Amino acid sequence: MKIFVTVKQVPDTSGKVAVKPDGTLDRASMATITNPDDMNAVEAALKIKDETGCRVIAVSMGPMTAESMLRELMAMGVDEGLLISGREFGGSDTYATSQIIAAGIDHYGLEPDDIIFSGRQAIDGDTAQVGPQIAEKLHIPQVSYAGEVTKAGNKLTVKRMLEDGYMTVEVETPCLITCIKELNEPRYMSVSGIDGCFDKPLIIYDYNELKDHPLIDPTTIGLKGSPTNIYKSFTPPQKGAGRMLTGSAKETAKELASVLSEKHLI
Amino acid sequence: MILDAKHAMLQKLFREFAQTEFTKELQDRLDQTGEFDWDIHKKMAKYGFMGLRIPKEYGGSGMDYLAYALMIEELARVDAVLSIYANTSNSLGGGPLLLAGSEEQKKKYLPPVASGEKIVVFCLTEPGAGSDAGGTTTTAVQDGDDFILNGRKTFVSGAPMADWAIIFAKTDPTARGSRGISMFILDMKLPGVTLGAPEKKMGINGYPTCDIVMENVRVPGDCLVGQLNKGFSIAMRTLDGGRLGMAAQAVGIAQSCLDEAVKYAKERKQFGRPISDFQGVSFMLADMEAEIQAARQLVYHAAELKDHNMDATRACSAAKLIAAETANRCAYKAVQIHGGYGYIKEYKVERLYRDARICSIYEGTSQIQQVVIAADLLKNA
Repeated sequence: MKIFVTVKQVPDTSGKVAVKPDGTLDRASMATITNPDDMNAVEAALKIKDETGCRVIAVSMGPMTAESMLRELMAMGVDEGLLISGREFGGSDTYATSQIIAAGIDHYGLEPDDIIFSGRQAIDGDTAQVGPQIAEKLHIPQVSYAGEVTKAGNKLTVKRMLEDGYMTVEVETPCLITCIKELNEPRYMSVSGIDGCFDKPLIIYDYNELKDHPLIDPTTIGLKGSPTNIYKSFTPPQKGAGRMLTGSAKETAKELASVLSEKHLI
Repeated sequence: MILDAKHAMLQKLFREFAQTEFTKELQDRLDQTGEFDWDIHKKMAKYGFMGLRIPKEYGGSGMDYLAYALMIEELARVDAVLSIYANTSNSLGGGPLLLAGSEEQKKKYLPPVASGEKIVVFCLTEPGAGSDAGGTTTTAVQDGDDFILNGRKTFVSGAPMADWAIIFAKTDPTARGSRGISMFILDMKLPGVTLGAPEKKMGINGYPTCDIVMENVRVPGDCLVGQLNKGFSIAMRTLDGGRLGMAAQAVGIAQSCLDEAVKYAKERKQFGRPISDFQGVSFMLADMEAEIQAARQLVYHAAELKDHNMDATRACSAAKLIAAETANRCAYKAVQIHGGYGYIKEYKVERLYRDARICSIYEGTSQIQQVVIAADLLKNA
């Protein structure tokens, strides 16, 4: 049994956001972090590793600089990094990305007792599409929004957190689970983990490595092969500070009515 | 110095850990109660902080002095006292065993110290022997295979929590000064060992300090660490490494003073503009930044010398002297920039001012560092 965790290096939104003229993010000029939900996915995988001793492989698609992120995950306890990197893959939207990552996982070898953990969504695009699309392309079941995961044999019981409640789902391996932040508290790197992380294997798949895979079609990968086109990218104007009305319900209702009336809203 | 990938990652770990785990609530509680917090101690141990410098074969991670300096600096940047939690086992506590302990002693004492289960502390200072550590009056008299210890060690950081204590005692009463002193590892549960009342300190509250009193304590012969009568040089070599850690701590405190001062100077408005607009304030910030940079590079350089097994005595003392004085100056300026608010406990700089004050006193006062530097300089001139 092994676990794949899909991870993405995303801009650190606590820093400055830079946008290129074509409307896409200027990632090179921004500080990066590992996508927060992906950290929960890593922790979920490492918890199962703690119990079973299975191997955990972190998979990412991105520039070679993503190695630093993968090394940090190895310092947390991930056994191996798989970096899918090539100019041909650049600019991919979620459709193309999931196709490439699915090809990468399949090329590495997905076995019947394997699990794939993904973060719910990345904080840069907020699409929540890549995880589920990977599952579709690999023809395996998926359970999204996992707030609890327990494993018994080759069965996983997942509590799906929904807006108005939860749903408990049982699923068999191989499967893909997308994780939310309520699932767990990601661990830190450890001193000994950092000491050993540079000796752990890092596999690089470039275009040539994957080009013969059935999922890799030059017309459906990269910026040109992505069905999504960015029409316009902009920062929404900031809303002004709100106003809190305090007092009894009757007084505040009266005040609210007069404010709305002043603005000719009622 | 530009850090390599491994050290940069360690720095990131220490920074993230401290920023997340050393909550304001925890910091305030430690400062107010002065009590040791086992939960944070255990958590730091879990991630390998206690055994950072202890070799892998004794349960640690065997990292270098640069990693150690980075850890102490980053932890102290958030809370000075919590940097001491991770310091003792890697420095004054574990150091003497690493320098002079037998294989059996290292195997017995170091693994539980590296894992954080046990605490070992260092006892050199006595009521009448501070900077003049050679004036030790604690005695150890051989009796068969055992030694009988009598005396009082003072200002022992961590004594109330300690399982073991490194004790320096006179074993040859005819030898003068620093000669005839031996080093022992004392089981704190032995009959005749008692603790003084916890000291009420100005700062670094949360790591209790008290005296250890020994009255006819019978210590087995295998608790002698290193050679008989040769303990003092081990103490001095241990303090070399200890100084590096305390220099790193001073850099962390100084940086914290600057962080707080910059934040406040940009927020605080007087005469219709942020006070950082006034050169009287911004030049103080610039001086702090320049001095911290200098102190930090001295610390990293001293660490590098030690990592290359080069003579680092002068460099460690120089780093400790400059960093400790820098921390004190930065604390003064940070409080000054905060004005009246800096004198109020609600603001972090009030505690930083108290915490910084110890830097130029413990593990060799600034004046003792000057003695060490001058002696080394003149010896080699």
